Amino acid sequence: MMSTAKPISIVENFEIYAPKLVDKEEFFCSGHRACQGCGEALAIRLMCKALGKDTVIANATGCMEVIATPYPATAWTLPWIHVAFPCAAAVGAGVEAGLKVLRRKGVNPDRYIKTVTIGGDGGTVDIGLQALSGAMERGHDMLYVCFDNEAYMNTGIQRSSATPFGASTTTAPAGKASIGNKTWKKNVPEIMVAHNIPYVATASPSYPIDFMNKVKKARAIQGPTYIHCLSVCPTGWRAKSEECIKLGRLAVETGVFPLYEVENGVYRLTVETPDPLRPVTDYIKAQGRFRHLTPDEIRTIQRRVNLEYRKLMNKVEHSLSWTE
Amino acid sequence: MAQKKWPETWQEVTPGCMIFEGGNSREYHTGSWRAQRPVWDNAKCIKCGICYIFCPEACVKEDAQGYFAADLDYCKGCGICAHECWPGAITMVEEG
Amino acid sequence: MSKRIGMEIALATAEAVALCRPDVIAAYPITPNTHIPEHLSDIVAEGRLDAEFICVESEHSAMSACAGASGTGARAFTATSSQGLLYMYEVLGIVSSMRLPVVMAIGNRAISGPINIWNDHSDIMTMRDLGWLSLFAANGQEAVDMMIQSFKIAEDAAVQLPINVNLDGFQLTHMVEALFLPDEKEVDRFLPRRKPYAALHPDHPVTMGALGMPDIFTEATKARDQALVDSRTVILKVWKEWEKQFGRRYEPIEAYKTKGADVVMLTMGSMGETAEIAVDELRRDGVPVGLLKLKLWRPFPFEEMKKAVRGVKTLIVTDRCCSLGGPGGPLAAEVRSALYAEAARPAIENALIGLGGRDVTVDDFKQMFRQAGKSKGIYEFYGVRG
Repeated sequence: MMSTAKPISIVENFEIYAPKLVDKEEFFCSGHRACQGCGEALAIRLMCKALGKDTVIANATGCMEVIATPYPATAWTLPWIHVAFPCAAAVGAGVEAGLKVLRRKGVNPDRYIKTVTIGGDGGTVDIGLQALSGAMERGHDMLYVCFDNEAYMNTGIQRSSATPFGASTTTAPAGKASIGNKTWKKNVPEIMVAHNIPYVATASPSYPIDFMNKVKKARAIQGPTYIHCLSVCPTGWRAKSEECIKLGRLAVETGVFPLYEVENGVYRLTVETPDPLRPVTDYIKAQGRFRHLTPDEIRTIQRRVNLEYRKLMNKVEHSLSWTE
Repeated sequence: MAQKKWPETWQEVTPGCMIFEGGNSREYHTGSWRAQRPVWDNAKCIKCGICYIFCPEACVKEDAQGYFAADLDYCKGCGICAHECWPGAITMVEEG
Repeated sequence: MSKRIGMEIALATAEAVALCRPDVIAAYPITPNTHIPEHLSDIVAEGRLDAEFICVESEHSAMSACAGASGTGARAFTATSSQGLLYMYEVLGIVSSMRLPVVMAIGNRAISGPINIWNDHSDIMTMRDLGWLSLFAANGQEAVDMMIQSFKIAEDAAVQLPINVNLDGFQLTHMVEALFLPDEKEVDRFLPRRKPYAALHPDHPVTMGALGMPDIFTEATKARDQALVDSRTVILKVWKEWEKQFGRRYEPIEAYKTKGADVVMLTMGSMGETAEIAVDELRRDGVPVGLLKLKLWRPFPFEEMKKAVRGVKTLIVTDRCCSLGGPGGPLAAEVRSALYAEAARPAIENALIGLGGRDVTVDDFKQMFRQAGKSKGIYEFYGVRG
């Protein structure tokens, strides 16, 4: 059958055809047991494509560990280790140290292998924050990627410190006397910037090329790097599985989760946001976890999003590189 | 490393429950979870690969002509591909 | 050639570890083990040992980093005490379940509370069921020897399990003792480079730390337990090899003057040295007493225990730990289990002594021997006031 669609030049429309050109090899394989439309499984798949074969993964306990490795099956073709919930960054640090010393001593082939540690928001911003801070501060040659779906989804949608204000979770439920989660999302990318590491970025699988470019950039840096990836969880967000990608885009277009990177202290937006930003209601109304919010409460969220966005733009405009 | 596919006895369990066959999750077919299946209309397809890049199951594959289709052994029917296909080449169809 | 030197035992232990050429050391400070990693960091800083020394931010991370490093095939070492051991507790069972031969020195110290930095065995006893092999040193020489033996035992193809070597905090760690430090070449001959069962590397990808669902968990646990049971053969083999090469003999239970003894005492760790003096003095006075020193805590030497107490009328089991609300001391509970089915078995008394650094003197041991047969209940806090 011939395509009747208007032919489009690949060269002139590189962005449209970029997905087609992404390496077809899969390192995170079919048959994993993530929910339908899982943004996190997608993000991991994309991350692996950007990382390539010469990578070792350390994984915190969480959805991705459970759905991918029910013995004797594994969705991973990369070498992979899981130990426990709070310590993925420490395990990664040990892996990095082990690979380094074994290469140095000639036990392993003389080839660079990247250590990448991954965890969910609970395993990163709550129980794993100490191990993460330690590993980053010590300067291990390790990329840490947080796949943030904004609650403890694996255990059943409990609130974490990455849960946004106003979201209803199973431990911060909305009710007559509660708007749901009463705290603002902890800004862990900023905490990572404060560790003076060479590269910090936010990312989203809804912008796959941007995300993969950031992973590639971080992979190439021999030192500690951090990517905070917003991973839509249709199950926990009470959203439609097919809207997974759309929600990630709305998070960016509303300024709720801007995509930026911080390279040696210099902030840069990597995906342009509309000016003015789309109203947060566009993002909020598509998710059942925010269904109970009143217009007043949504206005509160809008004000905070505006403020945080302004703070970020100030940094984009005024930050200086410490390498200059 | 030799590994029995589905260990029955304790002697067959690999030390440390280590798994040596990367990607053997493919033996588990998640396609049975599906309520709807994606159907491609190649007449509308521009072969951009957006369906391939956004599939959480890594089950959208490109054929020799450059068209795409989902491996129904694994497709869970999430509908992302149909939702994201901007030329509108994919529709979700109820499973019989 | 081994040389005899006077050295603080913690430092000598560190020298012994360095002789084993660990690839990765991860440690976090806690009294009283700290001199071990401190001295190791000195050895690395002096360029005498090529290793990655990771100053982790907690014991949880120390054990986690060891797990990661061991997963790559590296030889990994850490040391801790008391609260530090409890802080890494979550990871301990995982490391053994993943069959990662991490080696750990424990400078034994009481666990809080009240907070107490001194010696007893309540820390190690919390992890007795987590699948680690466990050795107890009675003196500095044993600490040094066991440290080197432990790498060989843990990494044996038939074992592949983590192991801890227990040194009584302060009473061993901070004592200066004259001991033989083996020669580097001799240790290299005894201990070859680790050959891991699996290693994290893209050339041979492996998934480590998979999820065990109910259909496999029982089998996985049975396999773990069997690995511990079977490790006994390897431990005995390694000890025989050690004796042949270094001339010092090791047994799961070392008997001291038990021949013809009516009353025998069982100790673990440094107290054995003091108890020996008490046995000598009582024997001189014609009192037939003897001593058993347990060196292998896990896997527990059930057969050796049965054999060791044959013909003994009263066995005094000393425990430096109380299983609160339970059967007294953990060691006595094990010994009672070992002997329950025996037709002829000694009366067993359980003395809880030396808790939180309380001194136990030669006179204390003599008194315990003399009081044998008078103990009330299944255990007693020896010397408790009130």
